[in-house]
Amino acid sequence: MLESLLRIIALARKELLAILKDPRSRASLLLPPVLQCLIYGYAATYDLNNVPYAVLDQDHSAASHELLARLDGSGSFERVANLERFGDLGDYIERQRALVVIQIGQDFERRLDAGESADMQVIADGRNSNTAGTAMSYIGAVVDSFNTDWRNAHGGGGPPVRIVTRAWYNPNLETRWHMIPALIGTLTMLLTLMLTALSVAREREEGTFDQLLVTPYRPGEIMAGKALPCMFVGVVQATSVLLVAQLWFRIPFAGSFVTLYAGLSLFLLAAVGMGLLVSSVVATMQQAMLFAFVLVMLFTLLSGLTTPVSNMPTVLQYFTLINPLRYALDITHRVYLEGAGLAQLTPELWPLALIGAVTLTAASWMFRNHLA
Amino acid sequence: MTIRNVIGVRWRSKLRRTWALIKKESYELVRDPSSVAIGIVMPVILVLLFGYALSLDVKNVPVAIVLEDSSPDARELASGFQMSPYFDVTLIASMPEARQLMLARKVDGIVRIRPDFSRHLARGDAEVQVLVHGTDANNACIIQGYAQGAVGQWAARRTAEGNKLASGPVVVQSRLWFNEANDSHYFLVPGLIVLIMTLIGAFLTAMVMAREWERGTLEALFVTPARSDEILLGKTVPYFVLGMIGLFLCIIAAKFLFEVPLRGSIWVLTVVSMFYLLVALGIGLLVSSVTRSQFVASQIALLVSFLPALMLSGFLFDLRSMPVAVRLISYLLPARYYVALLQTLFLAGDIWSVILPNAIVLAAIAATLVTLARLATRKKLA
Repeated sequence: MLESLLRIIALARKELLAILKDPRSRASLLLPPVLQCLIYGYAATYDLNNVPYAVLDQDHSAASHELLARLDGSGSFERVANLERFGDLGDYIERQRALVVIQIGQDFERRLDAGESADMQVIADGRNSNTAGTAMSYIGAVVDSFNTDWRNAHGGGGPPVRIVTRAWYNPNLETRWHMIPALIGTLTMLLTLMLTALSVAREREEGTFDQLLVTPYRPGEIMAGKALPCMFVGVVQATSVLLVAQLWFRIPFAGSFVTLYAGLSLFLLAAVGMGLLVSSVVATMQQAMLFAFVLVMLFTLLSGLTTPVSNMPTVLQYFTLINPLRYALDITHRVYLEGAGLAQLTPELWPLALIGAVTLTAASWMFRNHLA
Repeated sequence: MTIRNVIGVRWRSKLRRTWALIKKESYELVRDPSSVAIGIVMPVILVLLFGYALSLDVKNVPVAIVLEDSSPDARELASGFQMSPYFDVTLIASMPEARQLMLARKVDGIVRIRPDFSRHLARGDAEVQVLVHGTDANNACIIQGYAQGAVGQWAARRTAEGNKLASGPVVVQSRLWFNEANDSHYFLVPGLIVLIMTLIGAFLTAMVMAREWERGTLEALFVTPARSDEILLGKTVPYFVLGMIGLFLCIIAAKFLFEVPLRGSIWVLTVVSMFYLLVALGIGLLVSSVTRSQFVASQIALLVSFLPALMLSGFLFDLRSMPVAVRLISYLLPARYYVALLQTLFLAGDIWSVILPNAIVLAAIAATLVTLARLATRKKLA
């Protein structure tokens, strides 16, 4: 037992040295996650704060000015032009000079004063319909508050029903609070899975894997010796992303680091298991990298990072059950934002452990019986 | 022999050598299952995923309605939510129970109608509480918007029934140009083309070339009479063809499978796609000849081409809302110009004032990168 442990440590140490000896691959292990976290932390947001809009105000009344001033004051909109002619509306949208154009008709204030409802025409560029929809809902909110105040000022009584919304765990509904914790798992998986897949594929391509097989090492020990250094690198990467999230973006952390790291270790076990499984079926480094990449891409797209899992078709929702990243995202979000403890995370933790166990067993069986 | 003949012979032998190299590389490409996987299988998987699996249009959001008031008004409001196609409503008797459901993420939102709802409604200061699970902020925003809509419609219905409840002095009439159906496939599927072209052009090429550098097989080619630009051409042409196949697969899928309109000209689309493919190939060649290691080359190719194409191109996230520094970085990345072209050509049509500037920038980047790649692949030993 002790001997076996010593052997594993020796192999793990040699693997770690092999990974870290090349300064370029050393740099490519730490720099990319930190850089990506910084850039995507800013880039990956569905919130809008600089919507260029153009306006055709044919009324030029106090009411229309008041409404537009509210839009300008909301902080999300930037008026790029005051249009004069109706024909210019289409031009501004087509040429992408404005995301939204607003038209207020001549009788806007007159109708309001008469107690009728007045139309405000809003046209949005639907080339990215998600962005357009968000901009529309911002405009809706501004108009709502305008309506309320107008009614109060003109004696129409308050609105029939006020909607009071509260968001749990993320009071201002910032996408960044969702995105950055998610990057811990996503960025770590990309590199860990590839690194693992490569570590065995490289030895196979160079023929040194056969040499390893004729040593007193048992297959399980070889697996452990390969898996541990990659998990270690993964933990270091996760920590670097976590540091950026904490020190630079200052996302509030509600849970405990022990829980987070426990979850991450299981996630890394599953990711490393997947990587070893890939490397056990491929013949060359190039294949290992390509298959690992395809896998990572599928896992990323079907994890709920960019689009919610609940929007996917049922069949694919089942597929997400074997996706380690899906559980990792759940764990980081729940620990980060909800402050969940280990007991509450059980539904996410045991599938990860299961995926890790199954993939590692399968990989070691493949190594033993499939010496190509 | 006249001078013209000499030039003719030189050109002919140059062509012959290049053609031979192209054939050799094509064989190697077809022989390796992993290249075919990335070149053909991957685009198909991606098209199906983006077409069928990924959607930003929220439907059937599970929400719990806590109906603490049993008056007709309150029940009518609750049925407004039940009728909405956006919600999948469960009626819950008590708030603690609803909280449990939300904690377990069985529901994404709670609508609470308090016991004194109808009394307050008569007085004109009624309140509906909407609680959303904020972990996925984008989703939560959309749910809030839908909840507002459901209550608004209920209010409008009441107005129509003669209860004195105006829907609001100012009514927003909104229209979405280019995507009247508000279908997120309209921008996801064209945007996918940029991902596939980047994968084939930059990622695959970087790895293939890096392997040649790593194994020293390029040196074997260097001792042949083939010149470095011929070698480069022989390497890139098969991947160029593969990339164009990927492009046409996507266009066909977009048009016929997902019925995304192609309102611009397919020729313009083809030409600008060729520019972008050249850019991607240039990145791939440059990265591989600088790093000369498969692992590092693949990481860098991902870092400078694929991930920016996903995150910093305007494909998913709006570029105008990013901080200035990130926006400046995005100007350096060719993907943003191509995404602007794709979205315009597919959904808006041939709008030359958008197409020309973007296409020119793309062509300029392509020319620069190809020249740099040529310089970096001169016949020399490391």
